[in-house]
Amino acid sequence: MTIRTAITVNGKDTSREVEARTLLVHYLREELGLTGTHVGCDTSNCGACTVLLDGEAVKSCTVFAAQIHDCNITTIEGAAQADGSFSPIQEGFRQEHGLQCGYCTPGMIMASTALLTENPNPTEEEIRHALEGNLCRCTGYEMIVNAVRWAAENPNFTSGGAK
Amino acid sequence: MSLVGARVLRKEDPNLITGNGQYVDDLQPVGCTSMVFVRSTEAHAKIRSIDTAEALALPGVLAVWTSANIAQLANCPGGLPGLDQPLLAKDVVRFVGEGVAVVVATDRYIAADAAELIVVDYEPLPAVASLSAAMAPGAVVLHEALGGNTVHFQDFENPLDEAFAAAPRTASLHVVNNRCAPSPIEPNVCLADWGRNGLTLWAAFQAPHHLRNTIAQYFGIPQDSTRVVAPDVGGGFGAKINFVPEFFLTALLSKEIGKPVKYTQTRSECLVAMLHGRAQEHDASVAFDNDGRILALKLTVTQDQGAYPNGTGMGLPVLTTAMAAGCYRIPAVAISWRNVVTNTTPVAAYRGAGRPEASFTIERLIDLIADETGIDPVEVRRRNFIPVDAFPYATHSPLAMYDSGNFAGALDELLKHVNYDDLKKEQEKRRQDPGAKLLGIGFASWLEIAGFGPPGSLEAFGHLASWESAQVRIQPDGSAIIFTGASPHGQGTVTTYAQIAADELGIDFDRISVKHGDTAVVPQGIGTMGSRAVAVGGEGVKTASGRVYENAKRIAAHLLEASAEDIIIEDEKFFVKGTPARSVPWSEVAWKSFQPLELPGGMEPGALDSTVFQQVPNFSFPSGAYCCVVEIDRETGGVNIVNMYLVDDCGTVINPLLVEGQVHGGVAQGIAQALYEHMLYDPSGVPRTSTFMDYLVPAASDLPGYVTGRINTPNPSNTLGAKGVGESGSVGAPPAVVNAVVDALSHLGVKHIDMPVTPIKVWNILEGAK
Repeated sequence: MTIRTAITVNGKDTSREVEARTLLVHYLREELGLTGTHVGCDTSNCGACTVLLDGEAVKSCTVFAAQIHDCNITTIEGAAQADGSFSPIQEGFRQEHGLQCGYCTPGMIMASTALLTENPNPTEEEIRHALEGNLCRCTGYEMIVNAVRWAAENPNFTSGGAK
Repeated sequence: MSLVGARVLRKEDPNLITGNGQYVDDLQPVGCTSMVFVRSTEAHAKIRSIDTAEALALPGVLAVWTSANIAQLANCPGGLPGLDQPLLAKDVVRFVGEGVAVVVATDRYIAADAAELIVVDYEPLPAVASLSAAMAPGAVVLHEALGGNTVHFQDFENPLDEAFAAAPRTASLHVVNNRCAPSPIEPNVCLADWGRNGLTLWAAFQAPHHLRNTIAQYFGIPQDSTRVVAPDVGGGFGAKINFVPEFFLTALLSKEIGKPVKYTQTRSECLVAMLHGRAQEHDASVAFDNDGRILALKLTVTQDQGAYPNGTGMGLPVLTTAMAAGCYRIPAVAISWRNVVTNTTPVAAYRGAGRPEASFTIERLIDLIADETGIDPVEVRRRNFIPVDAFPYATHSPLAMYDSGNFAGALDELLKHVNYDDLKKEQEKRRQDPGAKLLGIGFASWLEIAGFGPPGSLEAFGHLASWESAQVRIQPDGSAIIFTGASPHGQGTVTTYAQIAADELGIDFDRISVKHGDTAVVPQGIGTMGSRAVAVGGEGVKTASGRVYENAKRIAAHLLEASAEDIIIEDEKFFVKGTPARSVPWSEVAWKSFQPLELPGGMEPGALDSTVFQQVPNFSFPSGAYCCVVEIDRETGGVNIVNMYLVDDCGTVINPLLVEGQVHGGVAQGIAQALYEHMLYDPSGVPRTSTFMDYLVPAASDLPGYVTGRINTPNPSNTLGAKGVGESGSVGAPPAVVNAVVDALSHLGVKHIDMPVTPIKVWNILEGAK
């Protein structure tokens, strides 16, 4: 059974005829070619597939593409600022070495984005709590916490369009 | 200004923070198909029949293979002859997760549907899911060729009976070093495209040339038309250096159906099919005097190899026993080991690979000596340390010739951060207050063997050699490309190598690129494992860069009509020392290096291109001192790490930011082993922790912050002085954590707790003491 779904992804309208069971993460990766969103588990534990659904962090492996007709999705490919500058969170991850292999990073950045929207100045404990649905096997998390703190302290960061 | 030692941000990051990384599953060549496994649900069974008819009939299915389709093929490389794993199980399965059949379909959903339609009829056999079950008299035998379940037994050369009999005191410990699943967040993924021009295999792998050499040999095809690419790789931790059936099956199936075939492992598959780590049991005894000085040490390691032993797994107890004595001068050391097969996932390297096991046991024994003698654990360490002036220090093992270190110095540095006396007073106070959480302080002075390695060392694990390649190639505009056989998967090697080369070449960091992970691009290579990327590969970059720089100076001298010995470089300009006004820029030297009429006599075009196969004379020996402070909830048994103090000695630091990252990551995995992770099987061999719902990979909320410090004793085996740091944290953290927990509970008579130290284990101890 297929269903037509129309989803706005990173500000662009997309529409596809999809199987009802098509996961959002596969819609993003395979239908749209947005491969920045990753898959790291099959039980919704790791958070590598985290994207923003109408501004809230969701795990795109637990959402059907057909379920979010007419919704807005932001993926890592849409995380940068309008002028192309890294977002403060992207820059924070770079400045504080908040990533190593980079596989969990898109999900971490999207989850952190949702956190800072809700709470622009989180404590270490609040950051650790907010990111507990996102697993990183490389960093031991302290530098991810520092990355989010960097973003909280530099909310107006811009590289003037330099990418 | 020297870049070596500077906190330089990573070249790798801009792609990875914008979703522009390229992992294998991101590749989708035209016509790409998807392969899915049917994996055994039985730990040990005969296969009566496999019915594939319904799967084959499903629209979109292109192939369904069982062992019958590949009967003529050899078993998976990397195993022991006669005990090796078939690409797909033949007649019998030996662990849950072993591949039984594969389906290829036009997309991953159809392939998964088809796999569901395959019916495997098993005749269950008795299973042995633990070392004790496998070694019990009358136990079922996994491999008939072996006759029993012990693959290899290395007895003591001398069991030191006299030394133990004569010693004033002795103590013994049985240690279970828990089986862990390496769990990189990217599971195993590969994509094969075998067409008329040869085979290309993209693989999430740590050693692409190693895989290229092996896969070409396996299929009897020439290496020139066999290409392996490891693009961005989402973590490895040692688990991505093993040859597993999917590499060979995707290749074969691609050739068969004439399309690219991709396999993307699910997490549930990864937990049972990606090789596990640790899985050792130790019987350790130590003889000592009343002053806590160690007189003799005796260690037997029993290594669970899982169902199919492999070369790396067989090497683990060799490394553990080689490092059995840790940082300590022990007059007599006796070692013995045994490799045993069980109906479980095969075991191989996982971050640290044999060394965390060694350090855990010796550091637990040190605390046991402290407990027995009443001497403080810090003091027991000090009394037994190998002194600074004793290097090079020959151990009981010919593998381990310790070359440098300052164990007392690391402990001194650590104690600057730890208010040890205050903590001990606080501990005592809390013991008297039933409402307070218990406090424990644990130390570990650890040492590992890294920087693999001297000639012959990696060959013993099936690699081509133990060098690492580095090619430094100057472009006509004066920028530089470095090609390395190291194959990073998160370490930041692109950045560190560019730092090393920038210093040696005098070329700006931003004009140096590093290429890796493609056998069609990098001349030859070994790979990234055993904390070797800087100590061996980085040294190669330095050597090759130095040779290029010498030739560049000759060209500059020729252009300046001066002598090469007088030439120096600043800001990418060559000039005669003392006369900077008359200079020639790197870009001009580079350009003219390709023009025969501009070159000094005897020099050929291409002189600014150097390839080195860097050898090192010895392993390296990173070391350090860690302290963990824990609180224990008396009601729940929950352990909370309050502080984690970490002093590392990795020799020269190329980039402190990246070293810090490696230490944190290794320590996190060490804490995870100590408190959370355990790959568990029930007695019938069914895994009980085969998803991330059950296998506890810690999140940010489960781990502490870290306080780091450093001492530096340079590595004498390379000119950089770097020892390697990738595995250190996983070696040092587990004993520090468990020593802290045992210390917290020592007033209850607790001598040892096996990992992981779960709340229920601690709660049972606390309840038992009431």
